[in-house]
Amino acid sequence: MLQGPSAEHWLGTDTLGRDVLSRMLYGISPTASGAAQALIVFLALGIPLGVIAGYRGGLADQVISRVADLALSIPPIIIVLVVIVVSAGRPVAAMASLGVLGAPGLIRVVRAASAAVRDELFVTAAKVSGVSQLRIMRTHVLRRIRGPVVVQASLFGGVALLFQAGLSFLGLLDPDRPTWGAIMGEASTVITQSQWLLIPPGVAITLTVLALGFLGDAVRDASADTDAVATAKASREAASPRTSTATSAALPDPSDYVLSVRELHVHTTSGVPLITDISFDLAAGETVGLVGESGCGKSITALAVLGLTPGGIRIAGGGVYFDGTDLVAGGEAAYRRIRGSGLGYISQDPMAALDPVHTVGSHLNEVLKLRGVGSSAARRERALELLSQVHIADPQRVLKSYPHQISGGMAQRISIAIALAGRPRVLVADEPTTALDVTVQSEILSLLHELQETTGLALLLITHDWGVVADICDRAVVMYAGDVVEVAPAHTVFTAPTHPYTAALLAADPSIEHSGRLPTLPGRVPAPGLWPQGCRFAARCRLATEACSEARVPLIKTSEALSRCLHTDLLKLEKRA
Amino acid sequence: MTRFLVRRVVAAVPLLLVVSAATFLLVALVPGDAARSIAGRNATPEQVAQVRTELGLDRPVWTQYIDWLGSAINGDLGTSLINQQAVTEQLNARLGATMSLIIGATVVAAVVGVTLGVLGARGGWLGRTVDAASLIGFAVPTFWLALVLVVLLAVKVAAFPALGYTPLGQSPSQWMASLFLPVVTLAVPATASVAKVTRDAVSDAMQRPFVRTLRAAGVPERAIIARHALKNAAVPILTIVGLTFIGALTGAVLIEQIFALPGLGGTAVTATAAGDLPLIQGVVIYFTVIVIAVNLLVDLAYAFFNPRVRVS
Ligand code: SF4
Repeated sequence: MLQGPSAEHWLGTDTLGRDVLSRMLYGISPTASGAAQALIVFLALGIPLGVIAGYRGGLADQVISRVADLALSIPPIIIVLVVIVVSAGRPVAAMASLGVLGAPGLIRVVRAASAAVRDELFVTAAKVSGVSQLRIMRTHVLRRIRGPVVVQASLFGGVALLFQAGLSFLGLLDPDRPTWGAIMGEASTVITQSQWLLIPPGVAITLTVLALGFLGDAVRDASADTDAVATAKASREAASPRTSTATSAALPDPSDYVLSVRELHVHTTSGVPLITDISFDLAAGETVGLVGESGCGKSITALAVLGLTPGGIRIAGGGVYFDGTDLVAGGEAAYRRIRGSGLGYISQDPMAALDPVHTVGSHLNEVLKLRGVGSSAARRERALELLSQVHIADPQRVLKSYPHQISGGMAQRISIAIALAGRPRVLVADEPTTALDVTVQSEILSLLHELQETTGLALLLITHDWGVVADICDRAVVMYAGDVVEVAPAHTVFTAPTHPYTAALLAADPSIEHSGRLPTLPGRVPAPGLWPQGCRFAARCRLATEACSEARVPLIKTSEALSRCLHTDLLKLEKRA
Repeated sequence: MTRFLVRRVVAAVPLLLVVSAATFLLVALVPGDAARSIAGRNATPEQVAQVRTELGLDRPVWTQYIDWLGSAINGDLGTSLINQQAVTEQLNARLGATMSLIIGATVVAAVVGVTLGVLGARGGWLGRTVDAASLIGFAVPTFWLALVLVVLLAVKVAAFPALGYTPLGQSPSQWMASLFLPVVTLAVPATASVAKVTRDAVSDAMQRPFVRTLRAAGVPERAIIARHALKNAAVPILTIVGLTFIGALTGAVLIEQIFALPGLGGTAVTATAAGDLPLIQGVVIYFTVIVIAVNLLVDLAYAFFNPRVRVS
C-alpha cells in the first residue's frame, strides 16, 4: 500500500493506496476555506471596530480598546477548544472563533492608523467643506489603513492556516475531510514505516504560509521609505577622491588650517549628486557660518565632514582634511580616530540628540571612558566640571536626570558638554538654536562664543539665520543647490555681497540689521538631480544672461571674497547706483 | 512598586470573571451542547435529556455560573465529568510539564532570537539571512517540525527520548533530555518572531538622532547597539517575548500531544475530545492566570527599561 514517489504516483500513495498528490490537491479547498473563514471574521470585526475606535475616539474608543486589550490576554487555543466542544467539532465555528480572537490585534493597528488620519489636516479640511463623515472614512481613512491591513491579513492568514492544520492534525476538526493537517495526522500514525508521507503536507503548508508572509513584506516595503532602510555602511565605503578642474589652484594648503574641505562631492547610492565641489577652510579659533535656504545641502555638508552621512548617501569624491590629514582617504578608521577627540558635533534637535533611556551622567560617563579617563570617580569629577563649563546650575542633580526631565536649552548645553568631553578642536553645530526659544537661543550662542574664546575651539556653524552670522561668525560660506556660491568675511557680506543669491537673500529681508531670519525668495531651490548645467541660480537670478547657462560657473576670486558668478561686477555697479 | 503590583493583581480579577463567564456563555449561545457529545452521536433525545439533568446542565446558565463561581472562589473548580477526579488535582499534577516546556521554549526563543535580531540589525547578508530564517521559522508548522525532529533525532539516531516526560524532581538530567525535543520544536517559531521584532526595533533605534550624537562623540558601533539601541528597543522586544509565551501555550497543546507529555495542553485536548466541560473550564482558568502573571512580569520589565514609565 504505502509507496514512495513513482512515475504513476508522483507523490506516492498512502496507507489505503490512495494517490497522495490527488489527495493533496483535493485538500486545498477545505484547508483554504478554513483559513478564509477565520480571515473573513478577522477583517469583518477588526476593520470597522478599529476605524470607529481610531476615527471617532472618545467613549467608543475607550470601550473598544479595553475589550480588545482584554481579549488579547486570552490564549486563543483554549477558547477555540471550548468552541469545538460546544459546537461538536464544527470547523466553521472553530475558525470563526479564531477570527474573533485574532481581531483585537487588527483593531489596534487599524485604530492607530485611523487616529493618525484624523489628526491630519486634509480630514479637517474635508470636514469644513462639508463632505460627509462616511465619505471621509471611505476615501481617506481606508486609503491609509490599506497597507497595514494587508500586512496584518497576510500574517493572520498564515496563523489561521497553521491553526487549522494543527487542529485537523489532532483530529479535532471533522476528521473525515482531507485537509492538509488531516493528511499529516494520518502520516504521523505510520511514521515508523514511512517518513515520506510527512513531506508533502508539511512542505505545502510551509510554502503557503511563506508565500503569505512574502506578500505582507512586499506590501510593507512598498510603502516604507526606501532611504531609511539603506544601511549606514554605504557611507563608509572609501570614496575615490576625484580631482576637479575648477578651483584647485585658488585654494590654500589644507595643512594651514585645522579643517579643510576640498572639492567634496556627496551622492546618493543611486548616483544623484547632493553636494558638488564643496571647498572651504576653518582656522583654529575661527567661526565659519554655512548659510543658505533649506535644501541647499548645508546639513549634508556638515555630516560629510564628520563622515556620518545617513544610509543611502555617500561621499563620492574630494577630501576632508583635519590637521592636514585626509579623513576621506583614510576611510572609517581615520574618521573614528578623529570623531569625539578632534571633531565634535551638536545637532538641531537637542531633545532627540540624547538617548531617552540613559541619564545625563551615563552619557558623559560613557564618552569620558572612551577618552581614557580611568576611575569612575575621576569621570564623575570631569563630568561635573564639563556641566559647569556649559553653565548648568545644578550639575549634581542634572547628572542623575533623564533627558525627558530637562528643558531643550539644558539638553543643548548637555550635548555641548558631551561634545566637549573629548576636547575637540572643531565643533560642527547644525542649526544649534533653531528648536529653542528666542531667549535660550542667544544664551546658547553666547555660550558657544565663550567656549571658543576659552578653549580655542573652531566652530562650523550651520544656520538659517543672518543674525547669527552677524553676531558670531568670522566668515560666511553661502550655499545654493549643493554648491558653495560665495565665501566672504562676515563684515563685508552684509555690505557688499558678491553673489546675486546672497544679495537677494539679504535684500528680501529689510530688518536684516536686527538679526532677522533668512527670508524666502520667490521660486524654489531646484531639487538634487534637477540642477541645470550652467549656473544653478539662473532661473531665479535677475542678472542672468545666456552665458550663465552655458557651462558650469567656477568660483571666482574678487578682492575680498570668492563668488560663483559671472556677473559679480554688475552686482557691484548696481549696488553703487 | 508594591502598590503597582497590588493594583495590577486586583485589576486581573475582572479578567478572570469575564473569561470564565464567557466560557459559560459560549456553552449557552453556540448550538449543540456537552450533554449531547457526552451521550454520544447515536444517543436518543431522551438519553441526552437525562445526561443533561444529571449534569445540572438544564438549569439557567447564570445559576450554573454562580454555582461554579461560588466553589471556584474556594479553590474548587469542580470534578471532571469523565473520570470524576477533582479538576484542580488533575491540573496541578500536569502543571509542571507544561511550565517546564513553555518557560524553556520562551527562554531559548528570547536568548537566540535577540542575538539573531541584533546580528541581523547590522544589515548586509546577515540581516537578509535572519529575515529569511525568521520567515521560514514562522511558516513551518510546529507539529510537523516535531515529527521531523522525532524521526531524525529520536527514531534514527536515538539521541533523545521520543516520548514521555521525567519530572525535574526525579532526575534533572532525564528531565532535560525529555524536554529537549519539545522545547526546541516550540522555540523555533517563537525565536523567529523574537528575531524579527528585535531586528526591526534595533534597526529603528539605530535611525534615531541620538545615534548620530553618539557616533559623533566617537562611541563605537558595537557599544551603540549594545548599550543604546537594544535598550531603546526593549519595549517591543519584551512585548513580543510576552506574546511568544502566550503563543507557546497554544503550541504546547499540539506539542504535548505529539511528545506524549503529561501537561495541561494534552489535558485540554483529551477533555475537548471527550466534551468534559468542567475540566476545560479549569484549563481556561489556569491558562488565563498564567497569561495574567506573564503580562504582569512584562509590565514590570517595561518599568525597568523605560525611565518614563518608572517616574509616572
Ligand atoms: S552666474 Fe549668472 S545666473 Fe548665476 S548668479 Fe551670476 S549672474 Fe546670476
